[in-house]
Amino acid sequence: MRFLVKKKITLSFLILVFFVFCFLVFNKALIKDKTYSPEFKNEKKSYLPDFSLPELYLSDEIQLSEVVKNKEFSLVNIWASWCLPCREENDLLRSLSSLSYLQVIGINYKDRKKNSIQFLNDYGNPFKYNLVDKDGTVSINLGAYGVPETFLVNKNRKILIKIIGPINNNHVKQIKEIING
Amino acid sequence: MVKKRSMIFLFLFLNFFGNCHSQTEPYSKLENDIAKNLRCLICQGQSIYDSNSEFALSMRIYIKDQIDSGHSEEKIYNMLVEKYGQWIVYDPGYSKKTFLLWFIPILFFLLGGAIIYLRIYKSKKI
Repeated sequence: MRFLVKKKITLSFLILVFFVFCFLVFNKALIKDKTYSPEFKNEKKSYLPDFSLPELYLSDEIQLSEVVKNKEFSLVNIWASWCLPCREENDLLRSLSSLSYLQVIGINYKDRKKNSIQFLNDYGNPFKYNLVDKDGTVSINLGAYGVPETFLVNKNRKILIKIIGPINNNHVKQIKEIING
Repeated sequence: MVKKRSMIFLFLFLNFFGNCHSQTEPYSKLENDIAKNLRCLICQGQSIYDSNSEFALSMRIYIKDQIDSGHSEEKIYNMLVEKYGQWIVYDPGYSKKTFLLWFIPILFFLLGGAIIYLRIYKSKKI
């Protein structure tokens, strides 16, 4: 009889352990964010490839390497008027564009000219230059996979930060730290 | 007579549309093959070939540009892996990270074989 009770206790204990184990495994696996984002290799190699695209207002071809030289740091932001998160990050981009060592360069991703100009009129224009990537191939060449996406680069187009998705206050802080320090 | 005429008309009609369709197929076979081997990063679970997202459509144009500029299929995969990481290709190459992925099935196969062999060997012995 005592043996049976003991057996029952060990059995229920094992079941309990099993459930706790399952809970921990599922908890860990389900909480983890599954959406994949390209790993950003923080190597010396990662430079933004050079390209030239027409400007939104001027319609002249502009070479990225030429434009990047103008200031110590450049924030290259891929955006589109049809992208909702781009509206949210617009305020932060405008506040960043007022910094003296930084210029914000926009890449207008798969957009209509009319819509993008309307967007900039409605929400404000943080961009010093706006390069129009009509078919999205330049963005793929940059290793981006959608809008919005932001790169902080130095004069030589070396990538210092890559932000996938809209930028937030933490990113702004990070960017300011790099620029000032 | 009327029946015959309508049959001829139908035949021509179908032929005409058949031709139209074959002419509007926008991608070459190589382009489609490459697109089938690439994962769409936005609509996860689909290939570039299956997807109609903006990313996939741009990727199609990118693939075409690369083929036109004379790059081989292998080179295009390598270029994309460099930009997006191993995840973009369905066929993971050999590397430190994917070593286990390739090695474990073979290990299990050998282990299973060994167990079966030992069982048969044992039962024969008895």
